[in-house]
Amino acid sequence: MSDDAVVVAVVAGHGRFAEGMVSAVEQITGRGAAFATLSNAGLSPADLERALLDRLDATGARVIFTDLPAGSCTMAARRVQRARPDVVLVTGANVAVLMEFLFAAISPLDTPVAGLVDVAELARTAAEKARATLVASGG
Amino acid sequence: MGIQLYRVDDRLIHGQVVVGWGQPLGLRFLVLVDDDVAASDWEQELYRMGVPPDVSVHFHTVEEMGPGLARYQQEASPGLLLVGSVDTMRRLVEVSPSITAVNLGGVHHAEGRVQRLRYVFLTPAEEDMLRALEARGVTITAQDVPSARPVPLADVLAGRADA
Repeated sequence: MSDDAVVVAVVAGHGRFAEGMVSAVEQITGRGAAFATLSNAGLSPADLERALLDRLDATGARVIFTDLPAGSCTMAARRVQRARPDVVLVTGANVAVLMEFLFAAISPLDTPVAGLVDVAELARTAAEKARATLVASGG
Repeated sequence: MGIQLYRVDDRLIHGQVVVGWGQPLGLRFLVLVDDDVAASDWEQELYRMGVPPDVSVHFHTVEEMGPGLARYQQEASPGLLLVGSVDTMRRLVEVSPSITAVNLGGVHHAEGRVQRLRYVFLTPAEEDMLRALEARGVTITAQDVPSARPVPLADVLAGRADA
């Protein structure tokens, strides 16, 4: 993994959710560095919103994945969207959606396709595919 | 039933409230008391989006709660009341003296605040308000989630989470 890897999205959530999700992506694909992470732990709503904006500005990403639809990271992301309507938010994120989005958003040459394509559409498609991985069986 | 918890939480409606407390208490309604949110349709929509469809959310100003709180206290189903700051809770108790216990659920870092617990940061003025509330008979404990031990105000102010 190169240090200057393209960051395709920010993952934000409770506790070590983001770190854990991205460590799974790293183990599976070796491309964990394609995601910036953020935890809400200890942050006020204003600080969280600022931290989220900082991540977006520092990376150029404009897609945010969060855990709970009601979580403080989601709330902060919705506030960010109010100021920046081009930012895309995906709630209820799992490892599957991160990987679907990752491989849709980068070309095999590690160049970002974002900008050339509609990242909102990529995010929606990834969410649809990942939703199908949530399955209960047995019992 | 009625309101089971009067909570100070600067995140207002979020995961700890909706899931952390909502599930074990079987919450059916939330009362969010905040003058700014009560004046903003956009803010209300934002908070509504985070709540399951079977939980109702009611938005009020502090002033409305003078005459308005009793209705929620007499509800047949369990609910939770939220304010975003110690100062709002102080004002709420002024107009609603029937509140006898307050939960400090989350007051995070801001300029002028000193950290007392992992999730409680207070200015000297906020500490005075909490002491004054307790002096008038309101029990104040800090507890972020139901599984945590409630920390009495004296221990919060001493920074003793595990006392």
